[in-house]
Amino acid sequence: MKIIIVGCGRTGAFLAGVLADADHDVTIIDLERAAFAHLPQDFKGTTLLGNGTDLDVMRTAGIDKADALFTLTQGDNRNLMAAQVAKQIFGVKQVIAKVNDPIRANTYRDHGIVTVSRTSIMGTLFEALLMGDSEVGKILLEKSKAREARMADAWLGGAR
Amino acid sequence: MYFVIAGGGEVGFHLGKALLEAGHEIMVIESDRRRASFIEEQLGSVVLNAPADEGRFQLEAGCQRADAVIAVTGEDPVNLVICQLAKWQCMVPRVIARVNDPKNEIVFKALGIDETISSTRVLMSVIEQELPSSGFLPLMPLTGSHLELIEAEVLADTPSAGKSVGALGLPRGTAIGGIVRRGSVLHADDDVRLEVGDRLVILAPTKDEAQVRKALAG
Repeated sequence: MKIIIVGCGRTGAFLAGVLADADHDVTIIDLERAAFAHLPQDFKGTTLLGNGTDLDVMRTAGIDKADALFTLTQGDNRNLMAAQVAKQIFGVKQVIAKVNDPIRANTYRDHGIVTVSRTSIMGTLFEALLMGDSEVGKILLEKSKAREARMADAWLGGAR
Repeated sequence: MYFVIAGGGEVGFHLGKALLEAGHEIMVIESDRRRASFIEEQLGSVVLNAPADEGRFQLEAGCQRADAVIAVTGEDPVNLVICQLAKWQCMVPRVIARVNDPKNEIVFKALGIDETISSTRVLMSVIEQELPSSGFLPLMPLTGSHLELIEAEVLADTPSAGKSVGALGLPRGTAIGGIVRRGSVLHADDDVRLEVGDRLVILAPTKDEAQVRKALAG
Protein backbone atom coordinates (compact mmCIF):
# COMPACT_ATOMS: atom_id res chain seq x y z
CA MET A 1 0.00 0.00 0.00
CA LYS A 2 1.02 3.60 -0.50
CA ILE A 3 0.79 5.36 2.84
CA ILE A 4 1.36 9.01 3.76
CA ILE A 5 2.10 10.09 7.32
CA VAL A 6 1.91 13.76 8.31
CA GLY A 7 4.08 14.57 11.33
CA CYS A 8 7.37 12.89 12.15
CA GLY A 9 7.35 13.01 15.92
CA ARG A 10 7.90 9.86 17.95
CA THR A 11 4.57 8.32 17.00
CA GLY A 12 4.71 9.24 13.32
CA ALA A 13 8.25 7.93 13.01
CA PHE A 14 7.40 4.74 14.90
CA LEU A 15 4.44 4.04 12.62
CA ALA A 16 6.46 4.90 9.51
CA GLY A 17 9.17 2.43 10.55
CA VAL A 18 6.72 -0.38 11.25
CA LEU A 19 4.89 0.08 7.95
CA ALA A 20 8.05 0.46 5.86
CA ASP A 21 9.40 -2.75 7.42
CA ALA A 22 6.23 -4.47 6.23
CA ASP A 23 7.17 -3.37 2.70
CA HIS A 24 4.62 -0.61 2.31
CA ASP A 25 5.49 2.48 0.28
CA VAL A 26 5.67 5.12 3.04
CA THR A 27 6.11 8.89 2.67
CA ILE A 28 6.45 10.91 5.87
CA ILE A 29 6.05 14.71 5.94
CA ASP A 30 7.31 17.19 8.54
CA LEU A 31 8.02 20.92 8.71
CA GLU A 32 11.31 20.38 10.53
CA ARG A 33 14.20 18.51 9.01
CA ALA A 34 15.41 17.61 12.50
CA ALA A 35 12.20 15.65 13.12
CA PHE A 36 13.33 12.96 10.67
CA ALA A 37 15.96 11.96 13.24
CA HIS A 38 13.13 10.09 14.97
CA LEU A 39 13.03 7.60 12.09
CA PRO A 40 14.82 4.25 12.29
CA GLN A 41 18.35 4.37 10.89
CA ASP A 42 17.46 1.91 8.15
CA PHE A 43 14.16 3.62 7.20
CA LYS A 44 13.26 2.53 3.67
CA GLY A 45 10.52 5.10 2.99
CA THR A 46 10.61 8.67 1.70
CA THR A 47 10.88 11.84 3.77
CA LEU A 48 9.34 15.09 2.57
CA LEU A 49 10.03 18.49 4.11
CA GLY A 50 6.93 20.69 4.08
CA ASN A 51 3.58 21.64 5.55
CA GLY A 52 1.32 18.60 5.56
CA THR A 53 -1.84 20.71 5.32
CA ASP A 54 -0.62 22.31 2.06
CA LEU A 55 -2.27 20.97 -1.11
CA ASP A 56 0.94 21.22 -3.15
CA VAL A 57 2.94 19.35 -0.52
CA MET A 58 0.28 16.64 -0.43
CA ARG A 59 0.43 16.32 -4.21
CA THR A 60 4.21 16.05 -4.07
CA ALA A 61 3.79 13.28 -1.51
CA GLY A 62 1.69 11.44 -4.10
CA ILE A 63 -1.69 11.75 -2.40
CA ASP A 64 -3.46 11.00 -5.69
CA LYS A 65 -2.24 7.42 -5.43
CA ALA A 66 -2.30 7.05 -1.65
CA ASP A 67 -4.29 4.23 -0.06
CA ALA A 68 -4.08 5.62 3.45
CA LEU A 69 -3.07 8.78 5.29
CA PHE A 70 -2.37 9.26 8.99
CA THR A 71 -2.03 12.66 10.63
CA LEU A 72 0.18 12.67 13.69
CA THR A 73 1.44 16.21 14.21
CA GLN A 74 1.36 17.84 17.63
CA GLY A 75 -1.60 20.02 16.67
CA ASP A 76 -5.13 18.60 16.77
CA ASN A 77 -6.35 21.24 14.32
CA ARG A 78 -3.58 20.59 11.81
CA ASN A 79 -4.33 16.88 12.02
CA LEU A 80 -8.02 17.47 11.47
CA MET A 81 -7.44 19.80 8.53
CA ALA A 82 -4.96 17.49 6.79
CA ALA A 83 -7.26 14.51 7.35
CA GLN A 84 -10.29 16.30 5.90
CA VAL A 85 -8.30 17.49 2.89
CA ALA A 86 -7.10 13.96 2.23
CA LYS A 87 -10.52 12.41 2.59
CA GLN A 88 -12.82 15.00 1.09
CA ILE A 89 -10.67 16.68 -1.56
CA PHE A 90 -8.39 13.84 -2.63
CA GLY A 91 -10.70 10.95 -1.77
CA VAL A 92 -8.15 8.90 0.15
CA LYS A 93 -10.00 5.83 1.40
CA GLN A 94 -8.46 5.29 4.78
CA VAL A 95 -7.70 8.40 6.82
CA ILE A 96 -7.01 8.53 10.56
CA ALA A 97 -6.31 11.66 12.60
CA LYS A 98 -4.69 11.85 16.01
CA VAL A 99 -6.78 14.25 18.07
CA ASN A 100 -5.72 14.59 21.69
CA ASP A 101 -8.79 16.53 22.80
CA PRO A 102 -11.38 13.75 23.40
CA ILE A 103 -14.31 16.07 22.74
CA ARG A 104 -12.99 17.23 19.37
CA ALA A 105 -12.17 13.59 18.57
CA ASN A 106 -15.79 12.71 19.23
CA THR A 107 -17.21 15.63 17.24
CA TYR A 108 -15.18 14.92 14.12
CA ARG A 109 -15.90 11.19 14.35
CA ASP A 110 -19.57 12.13 14.13
CA HIS A 111 -18.67 14.02 10.97
CA GLY A 112 -17.00 11.12 9.24
CA ILE A 113 -13.34 11.51 10.17
CA VAL A 114 -11.78 8.58 12.00
CA THR A 115 -10.09 10.05 15.06
CA VAL A 116 -7.96 8.49 17.75
CA SER A 117 -7.34 10.29 21.03
CA ARG A 118 -4.16 9.45 22.90
CA THR A 119 -5.77 11.03 25.95
CA SER A 120 -8.74 8.69 26.22
CA ILE A 121 -6.88 5.60 25.01
CA MET A 122 -4.09 5.94 27.55
CA GLY A 123 -6.48 7.01 30.28
CA THR A 124 -8.64 3.96 29.68
CA LEU A 125 -5.64 1.65 29.53
CA PHE A 126 -4.11 2.96 32.76
CA GLU A 127 -7.38 2.59 34.57
CA ALA A 128 -7.68 -0.99 33.33
CA LEU A 129 -4.14 -1.82 34.45
CA LEU A 130 -4.87 -0.40 37.90
CA MET A 131 -8.10 -2.34 38.20
CA GLY A 132 -6.51 -5.56 37.00
CA ASP A 133 -8.78 -5.69 33.97
CA SER A 134 -6.35 -7.74 31.92
CA GLU A 135 -8.52 -8.06 28.82
CA VAL A 136 -8.41 -4.35 27.98
CA GLY A 137 -5.40 -3.68 25.82
CA LYS A 138 -3.76 -7.05 26.42
CA ILE A 139 -2.95 -7.72 22.78
CA LEU A 140 -2.03 -4.09 22.25
CA LEU A 141 0.46 -4.13 25.11
CA GLU A 142 2.03 -7.42 24.01
CA LYS A 143 2.51 -6.14 20.47
CA SER A 144 3.87 -2.80 21.65
CA LYS A 145 6.37 -4.42 24.02
CA ALA A 146 7.67 -6.67 21.27
CA ARG A 147 8.20 -3.70 18.99
CA GLU A 148 9.87 -1.67 21.72
CA ALA A 149 12.29 -4.53 22.30
CA ARG A 150 13.08 -4.72 18.59
CA MET A 151 13.62 -0.96 18.42
CA ALA A 152 15.87 -0.94 21.46
CA ASP A 153 17.87 -3.72 19.90
CA ALA A 154 18.25 -1.83 16.62
CA TRP A 155 19.38 1.39 18.30
CA LEU A 156 21.39 0.05 21.22
CA GLY A 157 22.25 -3.48 20.11
CA GLY A 158 25.90 -2.70 19.45
CA ALA A 159 26.37 -1.18 22.89
CA ARG A 160 25.24 -4.23 24.76
CA MET B 1 -26.02 42.18 16.10
CA TYR B 2 -23.85 39.83 18.14
CA PHE B 3 -20.46 38.81 16.78
CA VAL B 4 -17.97 36.38 18.30
CA ILE B 5 -14.40 37.02 17.17
CA ALA B 6 -12.04 34.09 17.62
CA GLY B 7 -8.47 35.34 17.98
CA GLY B 8 -7.47 38.66 19.51
CA GLY B 9 -4.41 39.48 17.43
CA GLU B 10 -4.15 42.73 15.49
CA VAL B 11 -6.93 41.72 13.10
CA GLY B 12 -9.29 40.51 15.84
CA PHE B 13 -8.66 43.51 18.07
CA HIS B 14 -9.26 46.14 15.40
CA LEU B 15 -12.23 44.25 13.98
CA GLY B 16 -13.78 44.09 17.46
CA LYS B 17 -13.14 47.78 18.01
CA ALA B 18 -14.75 48.72 14.70
CA LEU B 19 -17.80 46.53 15.35
CA LEU B 20 -18.25 48.06 18.81
CA GLU B 21 -18.03 51.54 17.35
CA ALA B 22 -20.66 50.57 14.81
CA GLY B 23 -22.96 49.74 17.72
CA HIS B 24 -22.72 45.94 17.69
CA GLU B 25 -22.26 43.57 20.58
CA ILE B 26 -19.07 41.49 20.50
CA MET B 27 -17.05 38.88 22.34
CA VAL B 28 -13.39 38.24 21.58
CA ILE B 29 -11.99 34.80 22.45
CA GLU B 30 -8.24 34.97 23.04
CA SER B 31 -6.10 32.26 24.58
CA ASP B 32 -3.08 34.36 25.53
CA ARG B 33 -3.69 35.84 28.99
CA ARG B 34 -1.66 39.01 28.49
CA ARG B 35 -3.18 39.73 25.12
CA ALA B 36 -6.65 39.11 26.56
CA SER B 37 -6.12 41.60 29.39
CA PHE B 38 -4.76 44.18 26.92
CA ILE B 39 -7.95 43.92 24.88
CA GLU B 40 -10.05 44.11 28.03
CA GLU B 41 -8.26 47.33 29.04
CA GLN B 42 -8.90 48.79 25.61
CA LEU B 43 -12.40 47.60 24.83
CA GLY B 44 -14.00 46.66 28.18
CA SER B 45 -15.51 43.35 29.34
CA VAL B 46 -15.79 41.78 25.91
CA VAL B 47 -13.02 39.20 26.19
CA LEU B 48 -13.02 35.51 27.06
CA ASN B 49 -9.54 34.27 27.94
CA ALA B 50 -9.73 30.74 26.53
CA PRO B 51 -8.89 28.68 23.45
CA ALA B 52 -11.55 29.26 20.79
CA ASP B 53 -11.06 25.84 19.20
CA GLU B 54 -12.79 24.06 22.09
CA GLY B 55 -16.56 23.77 21.92
CA ARG B 56 -17.21 24.49 25.59
CA PHE B 57 -15.57 27.90 25.36
CA GLN B 58 -17.58 28.71 22.26
CA LEU B 59 -20.67 27.95 24.35
CA GLU B 60 -19.34 30.10 27.19
CA ALA B 61 -18.83 32.96 24.72
CA GLY B 62 -22.47 32.66 23.68
CA CYS B 63 -21.94 31.39 20.18
CA GLN B 64 -25.42 29.81 20.26
CA ARG B 65 -26.97 33.24 19.95
CA ALA B 66 -24.26 34.81 17.76
CA ASP B 67 -25.24 36.20 14.38
CA ALA B 68 -21.77 35.34 13.13
CA VAL B 69 -18.49 33.82 14.29
CA ILE B 70 -15.38 35.24 12.70
CA ALA B 71 -12.15 33.24 13.04
CA VAL B 72 -9.12 35.47 12.58
CA THR B 73 -6.18 33.70 14.22
CA GLY B 74 -2.92 33.53 12.28
CA GLU B 75 -3.25 29.80 11.65
CA ASP B 76 -5.46 28.37 8.95
CA PRO B 77 -6.10 24.95 10.57
CA VAL B 78 -7.21 26.67 13.79
CA ASN B 79 -9.59 28.95 11.89
CA LEU B 80 -11.03 25.97 10.02
CA VAL B 81 -11.77 24.00 13.19
CA ILE B 82 -13.21 27.04 15.00
CA CYS B 83 -15.63 27.63 12.12
CA GLN B 84 -16.62 23.97 11.78
CA LEU B 85 -17.30 23.63 15.52
CA ALA B 86 -19.30 26.87 15.58
CA LYS B 87 -21.39 25.63 12.67
CA TRP B 88 -21.92 22.07 13.89
CA GLN B 89 -22.31 22.57 17.63
CA CYS B 90 -23.60 26.11 18.08
CA MET B 91 -25.58 26.25 14.83
CA VAL B 92 -24.12 29.67 14.07
CA PRO B 93 -25.87 30.94 10.91
CA ARG B 94 -22.79 32.61 9.50
CA VAL B 95 -19.14 31.68 9.94
CA ILE B 96 -16.27 33.61 8.37
CA ALA B 97 -12.66 32.44 8.30
CA ARG B 98 -9.48 34.36 7.68
CA VAL B 99 -7.16 32.32 5.48
CA ASN B 100 -3.48 33.07 5.28
CA ASP B 101 -2.54 30.72 2.44
CA PRO B 102 -4.74 31.80 -0.51
CA LYS B 103 -4.96 28.16 -1.68
CA ASN B 104 -6.95 27.42 1.44
CA GLU B 105 -9.93 29.43 0.19
CA ILE B 106 -10.77 26.45 -2.03
CA VAL B 107 -9.95 23.98 0.73
CA PHE B 108 -12.23 25.70 3.23
CA LYS B 109 -15.05 25.85 0.69
CA ALA B 110 -14.72 22.12 0.02
CA LEU B 111 -14.89 21.52 3.76
CA GLY B 112 -18.07 23.53 4.24
CA ILE B 113 -16.77 26.98 5.15
CA ASP B 114 -18.03 29.23 2.38
CA GLU B 115 -16.98 32.65 3.55
CA THR B 116 -13.24 33.22 3.65
CA ILE B 117 -11.09 36.31 3.56
CA SER B 118 -7.54 36.04 2.34
CA SER B 119 -5.45 39.08 3.19
CA THR B 120 -2.84 37.87 0.71
CA ARG B 121 -5.45 37.73 -2.05
CA VAL B 122 -6.83 41.18 -1.19
CA LEU B 123 -3.34 42.68 -1.27
CA MET B 124 -2.47 40.89 -4.49
CA SER B 125 -5.56 42.18 -6.26
CA VAL B 126 -4.68 45.73 -5.23
CA ILE B 127 -1.07 45.35 -6.34
CA GLU B 128 -1.88 43.59 -9.61
CA GLN B 129 -3.91 46.58 -10.76
CA GLU B 130 -0.82 48.72 -10.29
CA LEU B 131 1.47 46.41 -12.21
CA PRO B 132 1.76 46.25 -15.95
CA SER B 133 0.88 42.71 -16.92
CA SER B 134 3.35 42.38 -19.77
CA GLY B 135 6.19 41.13 -17.60
CA PHE B 136 7.95 44.44 -18.29
CA LEU B 137 8.77 46.26 -15.08
CA PRO B 138 10.79 49.51 -14.85
CA LEU B 139 12.36 49.09 -11.40
CA MET B 140 14.03 52.41 -10.68
CA PRO B 141 15.89 55.37 -12.18
CA LEU B 142 19.63 55.50 -11.60
CA THR B 143 20.51 58.69 -9.79
CA GLY B 144 22.87 61.10 -11.56
CA SER B 145 22.14 59.72 -15.02
CA HIS B 146 19.36 59.49 -17.57
CA LEU B 147 19.27 55.74 -17.20
CA GLU B 148 16.86 53.37 -15.59
CA LEU B 149 16.89 49.77 -14.41
CA ILE B 150 14.30 47.48 -15.99
CA GLU B 151 13.31 43.90 -15.25
CA ALA B 152 11.61 42.05 -18.07
CA GLU B 153 10.32 38.52 -18.17
CA VAL B 154 10.28 36.67 -21.49
CA LEU B 155 6.66 35.63 -22.00
CA ALA B 156 5.28 33.25 -24.61
CA ASP B 157 4.10 34.90 -27.84
CA THR B 158 6.21 38.03 -27.41
CA PRO B 159 8.87 39.20 -29.88
CA SER B 160 11.69 38.23 -27.52
CA ALA B 161 10.68 34.58 -27.02
CA GLY B 162 13.07 32.29 -28.90
CA LYS B 163 15.19 35.14 -30.26
CA SER B 164 18.90 35.48 -29.66
CA VAL B 165 20.09 38.46 -27.65
CA GLY B 166 21.84 39.96 -30.68
CA ALA B 167 18.65 39.83 -32.75
CA LEU B 168 16.47 41.69 -30.24
CA GLY B 169 17.14 45.07 -31.84
CA LEU B 170 17.51 46.96 -28.58
CA PRO B 171 18.25 50.69 -28.96
CA ARG B 172 21.86 51.89 -28.77
CA GLY B 173 23.08 52.67 -25.30
CA THR B 174 21.05 49.82 -23.79
CA ALA B 175 22.74 46.96 -21.97
CA ILE B 176 21.44 43.66 -20.65
CA GLY B 177 23.15 43.16 -17.30
CA GLY B 178 22.26 39.52 -17.06
CA ILE B 179 19.70 36.83 -17.73
CA VAL B 180 18.19 34.89 -14.86
CA ARG B 181 17.29 31.40 -16.05
CA ARG B 182 15.94 28.86 -13.53
CA GLY B 183 17.63 30.67 -10.68
CA SER B 184 21.09 31.04 -12.28
CA VAL B 185 22.64 34.04 -14.00
CA LEU B 186 23.72 33.86 -17.66
CA HIS B 187 25.87 36.38 -19.48
CA ALA B 188 23.81 38.14 -22.12
CA ASP B 189 26.12 37.24 -25.01
CA ASP B 190 24.70 37.99 -28.46
CA ASP B 191 24.25 34.32 -29.33
CA VAL B 192 22.26 33.39 -26.22
CA ARG B 193 18.76 32.36 -27.24
CA LEU B 194 16.02 33.62 -24.90
CA GLU B 195 13.60 31.13 -23.41
CA VAL B 196 10.14 31.72 -22.02
CA GLY B 197 10.50 32.37 -18.30
CA ASP B 198 13.93 34.05 -18.58
CA ARG B 199 14.16 37.31 -16.66
CA LEU B 200 16.35 40.06 -18.08
CA VAL B 201 17.90 42.83 -16.03
CA ILE B 202 18.39 45.80 -18.34
CA LEU B 203 19.98 49.24 -18.14
CA ALA B 204 18.47 51.65 -20.65
CA PRO B 205 18.23 55.36 -21.30
CA THR B 206 14.96 56.55 -19.77
CA LYS B 207 13.88 58.12 -23.05
CA ASP B 208 14.17 54.76 -24.84
CA GLU B 209 11.95 52.80 -22.43
CA ALA B 210 9.13 52.52 -24.95
CA GLN B 211 11.47 51.14 -27.61
CA VAL B 212 12.91 48.58 -25.22
CA ARG B 213 9.41 47.54 -24.22
CA LYS B 214 8.47 47.13 -27.89
CA ALA B 215 11.52 45.00 -28.64
CA LEU B 216 10.82 42.66 -25.72
CA ALA B 217 7.11 42.61 -25.02
CA GLY B 218 5.66 43.79 -28.33
